[in-house]
Amino acid sequence: MGEITPDERVYWTWQFVRINATIVYTWATMAFLVLGSWLITRKLSTGPELSRWQNFLEVIVDYTRKQIQEISQQKPDRYLAFIGTLFVFIAVSNALAIVPGYVPPTASLSTTAALAICVLVAVPVFGITRVGLGAYLRNYIRPNPVMLPFNIVGELSRTLALAVRLFGNVMSGVFVVGIVLSLAGLLVPIPLMALDLLTGAVQAYIFTVLAMVFIGATLADASPQSPNQQQGTS
Amino acid sequence: MNNLIQVISILAAAIAVSFGAIGPALGEGRAVAAAMDALARQPESAGTISRTLFVGLAMIETMAIYCLVIALLVLFANPFIK
Repeated sequence: MGEITPDERVYWTWQFVRINATIVYTWATMAFLVLGSWLITRKLSTGPELSRWQNFLEVIVDYTRKQIQEISQQKPDRYLAFIGTLFVFIAVSNALAIVPGYVPPTASLSTTAALAICVLVAVPVFGITRVGLGAYLRNYIRPNPVMLPFNIVGELSRTLALAVRLFGNVMSGVFVVGIVLSLAGLLVPIPLMALDLLTGAVQAYIFTVLAMVFIGATLADASPQSPNQQQGTS
Repeated sequence: MNNLIQVISILAAAIAVSFGAIGPALGEGRAVAAAMDALARQPESAGTISRTLFVGLAMIETMAIYCLVIALLVLFANPFIK
């Protein structure tokens, strides 16, 4: 007990370079995702016979595309990479928390702050490339120029809320399991861990939906596009 | 003196969590009740309602999470206890 974040567990130090648990487990999660995706997508089939794991990935991608389409009323392809990566990374790192010894990197404020800053940067990038600089900046003086400071503060505070929400949920889950484990041993923390899995999945969903809502809010001007056509294979 | 700070810190954490839980609990109850009402009236728009409900609940829950984070900071990362 006593360590509130995995940042404080340092494995290796060399001058100013410190490798802590957050970095190690973030890279472990990324390696897991990349290796898994590579193994599954190595032999894709377009025929009626799908392998089980290809079907699994297709369900995730298809559902993400549908959600993006519904929230933003835009073609999902531009946002699929960013939004999908956020969802898959957060969901997998929350779900792997049941593996003994694994510390979810999302239980560290550094990771969640980094993810929230990615969203903060992505909003103007997507907004400007889609509707242009002028139309994007006009969002800040809407409904009238008096609201300018509130809009700016709102943009910053929602980024803070995004980071702290994910961090608070995951960290408190890890914490509660640790406390219960130190009070009562075998089998007692299992219901709490199950609740933790549910919270992790819901938080991953909420984080991505909020990111998409923030991006979609700047695209309100853009002409709604026709729903994308299903292409051949999936 | 140091002891007093610790006692007050624990008290402060308990107060922060207890009062921080009341408001969001009431708010979430109202939000879910309204969503249930809307679902019963219009089952066909279940997708939109439940997505908006989730986003709204996340917003409300943030307040409780802030209190929790403050409590944990006071307990485990208190700047006044060396």
